[in-house]
Amino acid sequence: MNVLVFVKQVPDTETRIQIKDGSVDTASVKWVANPYDEFAIEEALRIRERIGAGKVTVASLGPERVKEAIKYGLSLGADEGVWLKGDGVALSDPLSVATVLAGAARKLGFDLILTGKQGVDYDWSQAGVILAELLDLPHVSVVVGIELDAAARRGKAKREVEGGLETVEFELPAVITAQKGLNEPRYASLKGIMAVKKKVIPEWTLADVGIDAAAVGPESASIRILDISLPPPRSAGKILEGEPRDTARELVRILHEEARVI
Amino acid sequence: MIAVVAETKDGSARKITLEMLAEARRLAAARGGLKVGAVVLGALAAGEADRLASQGADTIFHVEGAALASYAPEAWAEGVRLAVEKAKPEVLLLGATAHGKDLAPRVSARLKVGLASDCVAFEWGAEGLVARRPIFAGKAFARVAWSASRPQVASVRPNTFTPAAPDASRKAAVESMALGEVKARARVIHFEASEGEMADLTEANIIVSGGRAMQGPDNFQLLRKLCKVLGATLGASRAAVDAGWIDHSHQVGQTGKVVNPTVYFAIGISGAIQHLAGMSSSKTIVAINKDKDAPIFKIASYGIVGDLYQVVPALTEEFEKALRE
Repeated sequence: MNVLVFVKQVPDTETRIQIKDGSVDTASVKWVANPYDEFAIEEALRIRERIGAGKVTVASLGPERVKEAIKYGLSLGADEGVWLKGDGVALSDPLSVATVLAGAARKLGFDLILTGKQGVDYDWSQAGVILAELLDLPHVSVVVGIELDAAARRGKAKREVEGGLETVEFELPAVITAQKGLNEPRYASLKGIMAVKKKVIPEWTLADVGIDAAAVGPESASIRILDISLPPPRSAGKILEGEPRDTARELVRILHEEARVI
Repeated sequence: MIAVVAETKDGSARKITLEMLAEARRLAAARGGLKVGAVVLGALAAGEADRLASQGADTIFHVEGAALASYAPEAWAEGVRLAVEKAKPEVLLLGATAHGKDLAPRVSARLKVGLASDCVAFEWGAEGLVARRPIFAGKAFARVAWSASRPQVASVRPNTFTPAAPDASRKAAVESMALGEVKARARVIHFEASEGEMADLTEANIIVSGGRAMQGPDNFQLLRKLCKVLGATLGASRAAVDAGWIDHSHQVGQTGKVVNPTVYFAIGISGAIQHLAGMSSSKTIVAINKDKDAPIFKIASYGIVGDLYQVVPALTEEFEKALRE
């Protein structure tokens, strides 16, 4: 079973977002592998370990810094990594991004594609599902449990929905997007970190993955960001101190009678 | 036309459908009287077509077929494509719900058009619709525009728009369409309801969330009691989830749910930036914390400085009293 994992590099969730010239100021951002992609990597490794055969490949699209996210995957135990150079790609257009990923997937070959349910940066929650459509594959999104029957080329996945869990039966190959709860990601071992140094990460251009640059450039983007702004600041409100019973009674009075929200 | 993909449960329109119809009507009126369409996939309960009409639909595009017996993204996408072919809408709205977020990228990719996800506001610009959507879980907002291709597809965040008052005099034409055999290689075969009858976090009117100061799984019982009195949904911070005290489906924040209830209670939550991102668009925020310097108080509309183990039971009793009267 060959599992392909697409990872994205995002600002750490502790980042305070600042705006510069209408876009996010990334000058002092600490970049990390997207948290939801960590669940995808972990699941790929577990599938390989359970089946006892196959390969896990980690690929990432973007500027050179995304090689760190690939190396992170390799340090956890992925067999191979590929850097998809993002030059000229409209990276804020999910359709363009998924088009490039689809090209890479076709070239790499796979039985299963895993990725995070969304990037915790622009929160589009689109690339994985669009990838499935472009590759003419089934998909299951926001998955918290996977059971594979590799011999029968099918599986079952549990996905989180409002008020419960859905079980989805699917055929392989497929695209699955990972939700928190799917697994508990491992930490990199020293051996794993050392092993990364020996790995060569191929660098693929758009031509290498058979994608026409004009089709995924800013000029042909399906969607574009006009500007970015910060939400209006919230100001501190009324803080009550004193005996618990008194403060509780006063708060109930305010919410119930004054603000009338409860 | 502005088309809304109706989300139904057991054949009845869910609240998000009514929210989208209300916004569609507003956008249609602002664009010189465009029509509003509702795309319905699969069975529709008796009286629901009239309800969709009374809530703003001029035409109902009702797609039926054996392939739509249970949710299968490929079948649903094909059903929507069929309806879009007929309706030729300028704008296509879906709910940014579990279902809609799964379907919308399938649909937009099949139509080869752009999708703006999780939108919270729309306006008409010179080149069509412009949408506003939170990014970084609400730490910032982006205004996005589409290319010239149509329809402009957007998913709409639940709890953002208010359903219109139903107008029984409104009538809708029904266009019935049959979906033939469709390749569907992933299909829902089972649904397992989670504990209790709480509303989902993303749709909740009131949320009561606990954090690190809950100290363990048992103390969440205190918050469950308060939830019961208020009809609220239980939430949690990442600290509580990562400690294993409560299931991740309750997590609010950048790696959990982004919520926008009327009232959000942050109990024993200090207010890490990734948590604030997920709840700061709540209309009223109430913080209860022992530490009066906790960052959560900087954004709280109301706060109590005190020991939650004393304050929460007192609060539960007082609400019980006030709501009984």
